[in-house]
Amino acid sequence: MAQTKDILRFTTAGSVDDGKSTLIGRLLYDCKQIPQDQIDTVQRISERKGLTDIDLSLFTDGLKDERAQGITIDVAYRYFTTENRKFIIADTPGHLQYTRNMVTGASTANAAIILIDARKGVVEQTRRHSFIASLLQIQHLIVCVNKMDLVNYSKEAFEQIVSSFQDFSAKLAIVDVQFIPISALQGDNVVHRSEKIDWYQGATLLHTLENLSVANEINLIDFRFPVQHPVRVDQGSVQDYRAYAGRIESGIVRVGDEVIVLPGNQGSKIKSIMGMNGPQEEAFAPQSISLELTDELDISRGNILVKPNNQPEEVRQLSAMICLMSSQAYIPGRKYILRYTTNEVKALIKSILYVYDMESLKRDEEQTALQTNDIARVSLQLAGPIYIDEYCKNKATGSFILIDEQSNQTLAVGMIS
Amino acid sequence: MNYRLNYLEELEAEAVFVLRETFAQFQNPCILFSGGKDSIVVTHLAAKAFAPGPIPFTLLHIDTGHNFPETIQFRDELVERLNVRLVVGKVEDSIKDHTVQEELGPNANRNRAQSITLLESMESNGFDAAIGGGRRDEEKARAKERFFSHRDAFGQWDPKNQGPEIWHLYNGRKNQGEQFRIFPISNWTELDVWEYMLKENIALPSLYFTHDRPCVRRKESILAQSAYLIPHESDKLVDLNIRFRTIGDMTISGAMESTASTVAEIIAELKEMNQSERGNRADDFRSESSMEDRKKEGYF
Repeated sequence: MAQTKDILRFTTAGSVDDGKSTLIGRLLYDCKQIPQDQIDTVQRISERKGLTDIDLSLFTDGLKDERAQGITIDVAYRYFTTENRKFIIADTPGHLQYTRNMVTGASTANAAIILIDARKGVVEQTRRHSFIASLLQIQHLIVCVNKMDLVNYSKEAFEQIVSSFQDFSAKLAIVDVQFIPISALQGDNVVHRSEKIDWYQGATLLHTLENLSVANEINLIDFRFPVQHPVRVDQGSVQDYRAYAGRIESGIVRVGDEVIVLPGNQGSKIKSIMGMNGPQEEAFAPQSISLELTDELDISRGNILVKPNNQPEEVRQLSAMICLMSSQAYIPGRKYILRYTTNEVKALIKSILYVYDMESLKRDEEQTALQTNDIARVSLQLAGPIYIDEYCKNKATGSFILIDEQSNQTLAVGMIS
Repeated sequence: MNYRLNYLEELEAEAVFVLRETFAQFQNPCILFSGGKDSIVVTHLAAKAFAPGPIPFTLLHIDTGHNFPETIQFRDELVERLNVRLVVGKVEDSIKDHTVQEELGPNANRNRAQSITLLESMESNGFDAAIGGGRRDEEKARAKERFFSHRDAFGQWDPKNQGPEIWHLYNGRKNQGEQFRIFPISNWTELDVWEYMLKENIALPSLYFTHDRPCVRRKESILAQSAYLIPHESDKLVDLNIRFRTIGDMTISGAMESTASTVAEIIAELKEMNQSERGNRADDFRSESSMEDRKKEGYF
């Protein structure tokens, strides 16, 4: 029912060869989420290509260049819904050079689908996707062993892949990994249970997605409220209203709670909470609200409100894992703008500790330059203090982007650890 | 208390966050207001985001001159009720200034012309960001849109060169003369919009509900009969009970036969029906990639 229907965001990474587009097409098609006129269009194109069956991958192909090249070059978002859940798919390309897109897609995801071709087993790309999912702290990994129809729905083939995946994933920080044998092309175990894979007792992909628990993924312990902007209203029936608009990134706040403002350590109490439907007594992450305080303080955008007994760490330098997102080169010695929650501070990359070789996933400590799509551990020097948590404890206060002041482009994104 | 947001509350919280970021990061943003349901929802969200204060954005209406009178009446009432500033950019003015050449032929429309008028209006009013009701589920070119979507000094979108948008750290920095398009309801589907309309009891133009109207049947489409419509020989004039699923320029907004007279009935109808929302928009029919091409030129 609408009252409890929630949202699950998941990412799919993989190249055309894995059947990723076909899988998403299958999911949408079997959930009856594709309008008839689009089915007709795709049917026409499929026939023109001389295919007997409808080419499900065509439902997700987006931009002109992609259609021409037959590859996905950017993150595309798709939507479908069932009775109790709305799904947001971040569909990302899997080629090595598009690591940055995988990172983007993974950043907001609750779950990641990893596709493995049953004929090929675990390949470099599988490891790379899983590694990125783990780096971005995705809680749930769903490993779909696809193209089971091409290995005669063999149980042994499936089990071998599961075992070799587990050998490698033991080293990753992922809480929950599930394996499903599927055929996106034939529709086995995607939405409908497969009759040909009778040896598999687990859930279908859709059933798995519908039942993943995401309730514990919102941190309700550590109150963090980065101010988006001050609010001042003094007109009509509203007299001298001063408040701070923002989104609770984590935790809970109630009227009367003591808070302090960082930086500055000024203390005050919550006088009122303005929510989406008027005043409310308490609010929790990720609600967008406005907070009124009992004292008149000097608070501006980028300040963060927290509780006195639960504060983030104040730092002027930090160690972080970054991913290079821009096609522009990183210039050693250049100062970048570090944007974090709603705040900005100048930052300098002081040293590159190591860069991951994305093929072997080994650390390369010799590399001194950073290129697009590189994932590296660096240490940063900041022009002023910021207030952070570790990314694994709090995604919102543990992440940042680095912006090039001259081009305004986002050079890199980072996770503090 | 259950500390969980349902899907509509989460979408609302996300959209409000984006609207407040827009306010904080830009000098002079406007809301692109067409009188259609998506721009009405965005305006409603802006009212909530900045309550109890007024909406800090100007509404910008790009007027093709081919308006449904109902839309204009609705627009003016809304502007009065919300006490918000309205600016109208007229395609007619661009035609007079010769910056737009009126299309010729039986299928001429002013859809592409709108992009030019939009860019001119943004420049003359000094708007550096335009907030729109575009949704990623509408059309394949929109599926790759960012919440904060960069436009160069000529208003062009470069889909292959979009900056990354990660977590919810939106980078609205830009050079002089460049602008952004902001899409707070990117993650909403058509059905989400209607469910939200129902929940919030949002007022809508009467065009969205069933009514009796003289129409023109043209191939698969039903268009409203009006003085702006260039007649085709094969047109069939008919009186029908219809409603509009999207509202824009009168000459291209396709109608559908329907008896839905409330938002709840529209939702039930949408769940039953299995046609794309833009399936009867004449402007999207021109080619496989017409939306993408128009967006590159500066369309919303």
